[in-house]
Amino acid sequence: MQLVLEKRAERSRTIALVSPLIAIGLTLITMSILFAVLGKNPIMALGVYFIAPLTDGYSLQEIAVKATPLVMIAIGLSLCYLANAWNIGAEGQFLMGAVAGSWIAVNTQGTDAGHWVLPAMLVAGAVAGALYALIPALCRVKFGASEILTSLMLVYVADLVLDYLVRGPWRDPAGFNFPTTAEFDPVATVPVLIEGGRLHLGSIIALVVVAGAFVLLDRTIKGFEIRVVGVAPRAARFGGFNANQLVLLTFAVSGALAGLAGIIEVAGPIGHLQPGISPGYGFTAIIVAFLGRLNPVGILIAGLFLALTFIGGEQAQITMKIPLDVTKVFQGILLFYVLACDSLILYRFKLVFTSRQVQSGAG
Amino acid sequence: MMKRLLGAAAALVLAGSIAGAAHAADKLKVGFIYLGPIGDLGWTYQHELGRQALVKELGDKIETTYLENVPEGPDSERAIEQLVRAGNKLIFTTSFGYMDPTLKVAKKYPNVHFEHATGYKRDKNMSTYSGRWYQGRYIQGQIAAKMSKAGVLGYIGSFPIPEVVSGINATMLGAQSINPNIKVKIIWVNTWFDPGKEADAAKALLDQGADIIMQHTDSPAAMQVAAERGKLAFGQDSEMIKFGPKAQLTSILDTWGPYYIARVKAELDGTWKSEDTWGGLDSKMFEMAPYTNMPDDVKKLAEETQAAITSGKLHPFKCPIVAQDGKEVECKGGDHLADGQILGMNFYVKGVDDKLPGK
Repeated sequence: MQLVLEKRAERSRTIALVSPLIAIGLTLITMSILFAVLGKNPIMALGVYFIAPLTDGYSLQEIAVKATPLVMIAIGLSLCYLANAWNIGAEGQFLMGAVAGSWIAVNTQGTDAGHWVLPAMLVAGAVAGALYALIPALCRVKFGASEILTSLMLVYVADLVLDYLVRGPWRDPAGFNFPTTAEFDPVATVPVLIEGGRLHLGSIIALVVVAGAFVLLDRTIKGFEIRVVGVAPRAARFGGFNANQLVLLTFAVSGALAGLAGIIEVAGPIGHLQPGISPGYGFTAIIVAFLGRLNPVGILIAGLFLALTFIGGEQAQITMKIPLDVTKVFQGILLFYVLACDSLILYRFKLVFTSRQVQSGAG
Repeated sequence: MMKRLLGAAAALVLAGSIAGAAHAADKLKVGFIYLGPIGDLGWTYQHELGRQALVKELGDKIETTYLENVPEGPDSERAIEQLVRAGNKLIFTTSFGYMDPTLKVAKKYPNVHFEHATGYKRDKNMSTYSGRWYQGRYIQGQIAAKMSKAGVLGYIGSFPIPEVVSGINATMLGAQSINPNIKVKIIWVNTWFDPGKEADAAKALLDQGADIIMQHTDSPAAMQVAAERGKLAFGQDSEMIKFGPKAQLTSILDTWGPYYIARVKAELDGTWKSEDTWGGLDSKMFEMAPYTNMPDDVKKLAEETQAAITSGKLHPFKCPIVAQDGKEVECKGGDHLADGQILGMNFYVKGVDDKLPGK
């Protein structure tokens, strides 16, 4: 008797729905065991991770703040990935967006420029992100260069451009030579939604982006094209869809969203341009995109969930003295189970009663 | 069923936090924000040792909490605020990049006291503290000049901020006091902690003819490279002799413990005030690791210089100071540069054969 994985005749819709729940359940069980081994009360620990952050307004705001750039970038990436275009360089587009928007903020500093500054910054951020993303897209379309490599390499270029600017021309003259621009003027700052909190307009923009992506994919021909090109390139060609054009389009959109997220982050929670504005949002967003199954609503949930584990992880460090590494193990285990459970959509377990010898004898 | 479980869990958490609050009423809560992992064997590790010294000394009166690996971006503001919300009344934020986030949270919570390491922005409830590491660098410069056969020093720079630039200048001034023709080669790695990059920089410097490695980065990687190649090196932040028993000449050891203990005592007594502390060798804000792998006369010289700096007889930035372009620097501190000039140092002294990045 043995247990084998057998390919299903078609995708199981039930499993597709419950597999994330199974994954979360398995994660909770595994983590409980881990907490018990560490000598912590598992129920209390899980409470600190998952429930405590949801019980007060402050933590809820922080979850939204943390999830905002992740969701925005991941939505853009999902369009690329659905169209079989592999943008790995969202981090660079995020940085370029931040740089372009900051250019306006830095140059209007101390002037009596009016309320057009912030909208102009947001537009500049999105345009710069889109243009930066078009470089690897054009390289793929024109020369067949792997966009995975080129988009990734451009991350480092963007990083160094930002570095140069804040150490050189844009450095705060009153900042003792430290690498940062001066604090942005109020007209160049993303407004907070609740006085005294950190929740800002960017979170609303992220929700609009989610809704927009949902409509695009579910209700428009363009969305259909994106899906078909990804799933069945040959069929798409017969259908007269231009795959190259879609590569350019999805890269531009995803770059624009990453750039927008970048300038919102800089003009919002940070308030000035400095090196290290992103703790790897562009890369974490790849995880968010896949965790959310490349579906806009799924991405929103995945982004919030990942943010929850960050906030909960900090609270666990503070209230229960659980090391940060446990939070990382936690995130890793979760991703592992999600991917493992996903294989059940296409495969199923089956008990095989015939012995191997009989099989080989027959064959 | 699920609902009931959640309810039970929430109740437990609540009970836990209430118990915690009651417990905390009699103990002062002190929080720390760390840049790296506590096991980085450099900067963060030394702060962690300081915290442990604090617990050893005042453990019955205080409860400490730390958050490690906190990135210097917007996440740090949240991390600091989380500590405030958990009831910490004195919070040490231990990296330069936490300056603005610390200030923002400090303005929001006027009844909580903050201590920011190596920054320059202060407030009624926010102090700053740092070390005069340039003093140690001057001693290292003298040792390096004595020990180098090639007359070329290799220097791994992190970021061209004043603290690092003044370290390079102090090193050169110390080295020039022994050998006026000493040369220094500098590689900027643009990171505080990246063992791979630090090791590559050390190799490149040795390949370019340097025979002594000095660093302003946090990992022991450069020390290991020097040890492998049979060259000499200086540690940084912490004792790195076990990574180069035959290579380490000395190391600047950040000893935060005494400062942390003093500040927490002040907080307990109700005498805490916002201050700017810039401690040198005399205040034990840092120490020099034992002088090793050098002949006795060099060791004696180093000890004499250390004693002279500690007593205030010798100032590494004694005037006249001549800048790289040959012009004399205005002397604003009497017979030596003023603290403000060192804290904002944005020029190389004469003899440094490098262009300051961003200038």
